[in-house]
Amino acid sequence: MAVISIERMGLLSVFCVCLFFNSAFAVDRGNFKTCDQSSFCKRQRVLKPGQSPYRALLETLELSDSRLTLQLINDNNKVHLLLELYRLQGNMTRVKINELKPLKPRFEVPDVLIAEPPTEPLSVLSKDDNGIVLSLGAESQRLIVSARPFRLDIMEGPEVLLSLNSRGLLAFEHLHLRKDTQAQSDGAEVKESVDGDQQQDEGEKDEDGQSDKEEDGLWEETFKSHTDTKPNGPTSISLDFSLPGVEHVYGIPEHADDLKLKTTDGGDPYRLYNLDVFQYELYNPMALYGSIPVMLAHNTQRTMGIFWLNAAETWVDISSNTAGKTVFGKMLDFVQGSSEKPQTDIRWISESGIIDVFIMLGPKPSDVFSQYASLTGTQSFPPLASLGYHQCRWNYNDQEDVKSVDQGFDQHDIPYDFIWLDIEHADGKRYFTWDPHKFSQPKEMLQGLMDKRRKMVAIVDPHIKVDSGYKIHSEITSKDFYVKNKDGRNYEGWCWPGNSGYPDFTIPEMRAWWASMFAYDQYEGSMENLFTWNDMNEPSVFNGPEVTMHKDALHGKWEHREIHNIYGLYVQMATAEGQIQRSGGVERPFVLTRAFFAGSQRFGAVWTGDNAAEWGHLKISIPMCLSLGLVGVSFCGADIGGFFKNPSTELLVRWYQTGAYQPFFRAHAHLDTTRREPWLFGPENTALIREVIRQRYALLPYWYQLFFQAYRTGMPVMRPLWVDYPKDTATFTIDDEFLIGSDLLVHPVTEEGSRGVTAYLPGAGEVWYDVHTFQKHNGAQNLYIPVTLSSIPVFQRGGSIIPRKDRVRRSSACMENDPYTLYVALSPKKFAEGKLYIDDGHSFNYDAKKEFIHRSLTFANNALTSSNLCPDCNFLTSSWIEKVIILGASKPSKVVLKMDGKETPVDFEFDSSMSVLTLRKPGMNAGDDWTLLLQ
Amino acid sequence: MTCVHLLLTLVFAVSLGTPVEIQGPRGVPLTKKQFYVENKPFTCLDGSRTIPFDRVNDDYCDCKDGSDEPGTAACPNGSFHCTNAGYRTMFIPSSRINDGICDCCDTTDEYNSGAKCENTCKELGRKEREVLQKMTEITKEGFLLKQHLIEEAKKGHQEKQIKVTDMQENKKQLDEKVEVLRTVKETAEQPEKEAKERHLKAWEEQKAAIRLEKDKAKMAEAFLELDDNADGFVSVSELQSHAELDADADGTLTETEAQGLMGGAEQVDMSTFESVWPNIKDKYHSEVSREEADMSCLVSSEVPFGPHRWLVQLPSEAFYRYVTEKYSCTSYVSSSCSLFPYANPTVLWFTAAQKARDDFEEAEKALREMDDQIRNIEKELSFDFGPDAEFTYLYSQCYELTTGEYIYRLCPFNRVSQKPKYGGSETNLGTWGSWSGPENNKYLLMKYEHGTGCWQGPNRSTTVKLTCGKETVVTSTSEPSRCEYLMEFTTPAVCQEPANTDLSPHDHVEL
Repeated sequence: MAVISIERMGLLSVFCVCLFFNSAFAVDRGNFKTCDQSSFCKRQRVLKPGQSPYRALLETLELSDSRLTLQLINDNNKVHLLLELYRLQGNMTRVKINELKPLKPRFEVPDVLIAEPPTEPLSVLSKDDNGIVLSLGAESQRLIVSARPFRLDIMEGPEVLLSLNSRGLLAFEHLHLRKDTQAQSDGAEVKESVDGDQQQDEGEKDEDGQSDKEEDGLWEETFKSHTDTKPNGPTSISLDFSLPGVEHVYGIPEHADDLKLKTTDGGDPYRLYNLDVFQYELYNPMALYGSIPVMLAHNTQRTMGIFWLNAAETWVDISSNTAGKTVFGKMLDFVQGSSEKPQTDIRWISESGIIDVFIMLGPKPSDVFSQYASLTGTQSFPPLASLGYHQCRWNYNDQEDVKSVDQGFDQHDIPYDFIWLDIEHADGKRYFTWDPHKFSQPKEMLQGLMDKRRKMVAIVDPHIKVDSGYKIHSEITSKDFYVKNKDGRNYEGWCWPGNSGYPDFTIPEMRAWWASMFAYDQYEGSMENLFTWNDMNEPSVFNGPEVTMHKDALHGKWEHREIHNIYGLYVQMATAEGQIQRSGGVERPFVLTRAFFAGSQRFGAVWTGDNAAEWGHLKISIPMCLSLGLVGVSFCGADIGGFFKNPSTELLVRWYQTGAYQPFFRAHAHLDTTRREPWLFGPENTALIREVIRQRYALLPYWYQLFFQAYRTGMPVMRPLWVDYPKDTATFTIDDEFLIGSDLLVHPVTEEGSRGVTAYLPGAGEVWYDVHTFQKHNGAQNLYIPVTLSSIPVFQRGGSIIPRKDRVRRSSACMENDPYTLYVALSPKKFAEGKLYIDDGHSFNYDAKKEFIHRSLTFANNALTSSNLCPDCNFLTSSWIEKVIILGASKPSKVVLKMDGKETPVDFEFDSSMSVLTLRKPGMNAGDDWTLLLQ
Repeated sequence: MTCVHLLLTLVFAVSLGTPVEIQGPRGVPLTKKQFYVENKPFTCLDGSRTIPFDRVNDDYCDCKDGSDEPGTAACPNGSFHCTNAGYRTMFIPSSRINDGICDCCDTTDEYNSGAKCENTCKELGRKEREVLQKMTEITKEGFLLKQHLIEEAKKGHQEKQIKVTDMQENKKQLDEKVEVLRTVKETAEQPEKEAKERHLKAWEEQKAAIRLEKDKAKMAEAFLELDDNADGFVSVSELQSHAELDADADGTLTETEAQGLMGGAEQVDMSTFESVWPNIKDKYHSEVSREEADMSCLVSSEVPFGPHRWLVQLPSEAFYRYVTEKYSCTSYVSSSCSLFPYANPTVLWFTAAQKARDDFEEAEKALREMDDQIRNIEKELSFDFGPDAEFTYLYSQCYELTTGEYIYRLCPFNRVSQKPKYGGSETNLGTWGSWSGPENNKYLLMKYEHGTGCWQGPNRSTTVKLTCGKETVVTSTSEPSRCEYLMEFTTPAVCQEPANTDLSPHDHVEL
């Protein structure tokens, strides 16, 4: 929640905050930097493609088993860089470039990689004066190091997959002393990285180095009223990547933009800098709350990924030689045979740190996901309840309010699992405390929810009220855990509580202490059904530059500049760790975060921040979550209804229908909006919302199994169509529909007053079944679907089996022992398969004790069989199979259940109009081996 | 689906379990038992199909209407009946059967979930009866009070109507009186007006004379100043010393120019200077800086002298004060601001006119006041004070509730406001809008609207919920939605005539 309520804040903050409100309901762009206003971006972008000044010094080559090092020299300034190349297991290449002898160490991002990535042997195939050819092991892949100018090409067979520095945009501003302190001022220093356009001469003329500051922002820069002192001077880095044959690139969230990334020629690059953007605008490359510097490149032949491991402010330029061409133009090229090969060029620019790039070579989409997962980990496996419905609002006013909303769900027979408390629940925004009047008996409230088998989330933000009477503040102060300003005193900024300190989450001891604060005896009033929400962790600083922390603030010896984009990750990491520890390591945590970085997927869920009750925001929730899913973060959702403003009833209903089919399913609303609990819009709309929430609960077994799969393999839960149909070019830009796993295709209605939507059903020769009517449709077609307000176009893939729990109850916990219905959707070849995953839903025993059931369900040769995917697993369930619905079936003469060597007949019904066969109450335990024979 | 489980959350108390006698299939109410006959095929209650009896409550949903599974959670739309002996019977959605949560106080919904439920029906029944009893007492007393209120209101209403009629009669007389006085006033004002005009004219003339006098004095002074050698003549060269008189603004007054000003003469004496003076007086700077006379106040365009409407309208005393204060004349009749006194007959006319005016204004004021009173009473009479005017007594009253932070104030049919306890200004939470209860009784809710606007939000508004009580008092306030307040208010005026309630525990509420 970013909006600032004037009525609730001190005067000083009112002053600084007023700046946000110049125009209602649109971002004030003036508060955020463009590339031109960010001196390093401007400097770097002046450099145009051309001959690189860098040369590889081949004689310095050193090759150990898996590590190759080589020096590079910039012929303009003679500064040496060190190139390191690694072949990583799983078809990846790591390229690191740092200064050979930096004035002081440059920052390398810790805690993102789950381990030092295991390497594979590299070998030199050939070497001459012009370069070296290295073998990358399998698949005839080679890495070519060209010496003059320096460039890298990764090839497979005769094809160039990817080139680095082929456009000569490698630039490395090496650390050096400021001219006023360095007598032997070297004019080439800046020129080294940025070309002759820079007025370097003036810098030389001016002896006190003032021109550096004024002309270029090299040693100091000012944005609005904020001055960034830059004691280390210019430190930026840049590198270009060329992708021949690639026209589609994705990823680098978070941006409110289409799934397919656009070229940035003539505009600003995509920006990655975690910011609390008030009322963000759609369809532009401005930075938002989180940053994941991972880009995917895809064509019909191959999917690749580039992971730029750098936590400083980063800008990404994308250009393409086909971008300007119309489809007709491309066809003309094709017909005339005159076309150059399509190519996409990428350029990464970061303010500081080193170049550390992981090139994930696929070739399949699923390979890239597992490659990236092997580096940064997979989505944490969430507690089952967190996949249910979440009811949030800024704010539920008091315990009475919580109780009545809870009762409202029962009165209207709508299931939910979590009710949320925003910042007003705490005593004066002192997190870990409760407002003594409104929430005087938190345990009583939590017990009331527990009696209904429901849970709560309370917000804990990282800004800490400066108040000597506040335990959290005084302990952080006494342990000296606060971030420091450039002068070494505690950094203070304005946020919700007024003047606040910001704990330095980069300190492991600080994180351990923070985690310990979640212990039941530390966090008073907490219970095991209380979970946490980390908001404002970009970090948001109301009176800071771009509403965030000053870059020259200090985290130990490192400037905030170096670690900015990872601050939010650390907050969630420490919070999740606290939740694990409070249960002695037994229970899974649930923590929602707004800011994130590569690796954040390991710690919980994210949401798309402070959106608005507008149709455009509903629509954008799809590409925003799809982009996150592609780079590891599966547990994503948008505020249902829209955070700011009041949604129309139609928009609210449509948003529920969309959100119910997205991974994180939470309604949320701004303090200034009118109440919007699901039953406040008349019985008809209540019924519509109830229905869609029930659909969500019925599908929980499928969602849960997909999250288990995501946790194990890194496969995204919510996916773009091209992930499963990588050769079908028609899918490459689709972002108004999506897949859940491989088996459900959803095309939400996101237009006001819509009477129909056109959904693309992929897969030539495949079929899709409407999950509501069971009607069968052929794949590889655009299907027009007439819709009413109750319609949610969802299709099950022919060839899949989806287990559902159709007995929807008050909460997911209440459904624990309920039976399953298997939805078997047959392919044209009368085949189908699926999986069933069951565990206790909340503990780590699935991992620690292998306490789970994982079964493969296969329909082939008129037999449906359940077989054990984990024979050494050990879990007992009371759930059984109450029904099997087979879509696309023919009528059998009889159905027999084979189990434990016995055969028993099973009743069935056949609907010939829809070819639906329903097996009545076969009754076997969901964990058993069995076969159902259709004879 | 029925929602009879509103009181469920009260389930906590401890009581010894009473044996539950299950007759017929589980979850079937007595009234429907006839449809479930052991060992006879069962027809779904919607008639959609018939199934063998062993498929009733077999934990599989066969009927679309859910009627074959009254005692299991198999049907999504089923409902389960709890007998709840000792308390009230109820239906719960069948999704609450065996979900681990105790819903029926007789524990019958959790027969296979492992949930440890205790039979709390007796305790609940006892509590409910207590509450009902208390409510009945309150309602009874409240209803009596209400009758009294209705009586009072009726009486008040009649009195007010009579009063209005009387007042309207009086008003008529007042109207006439005002008209008569208006004529008197206008007649009296005529000679006054004429006198004033005359007086003013005379004064204008005198003012002109004064001005002329002053000009002459100034001229004489200038002559003496210019005549440097005191020979009784002003010469061209003497004039030349006053460069400000330069006509072409080139900074110097040439001989020719000076001569031109002097009408071609080399020098002029005092009397000839009279014809030169008009040429130079506008530019001429005296060598001695003189205090600007109080004349300034006369020259000023703002001066309300002369034919100014205030002169006739302001009572003379106020007029004096106005002039003296605004124009800093030492007194109205100062040497330079002198406005000579009126002649005696004129003053008499003034006095007569003033009296007529005063009389007229007094009568008019009385009429206005009368109008206001009539309007107020008519407004009050026009309010919807309920079918029997039982809410009349709330009119022009205010009721306060103090919470931790604020003092809330409800003035029925007028406004709702909120004031911080420890200083700070009052916030308007809405002014009287309308009755807004449900269709069958709109007098259960009051709506106050258009209060102080919220930042980036709506104008504040308040809904007041009225419940039966002996006292008239605000019992609680809350802000369920931002800037939308809810106030609970008890009053005997909504108490309904108590029905003869039978509080026996076996009185089912069966739907």
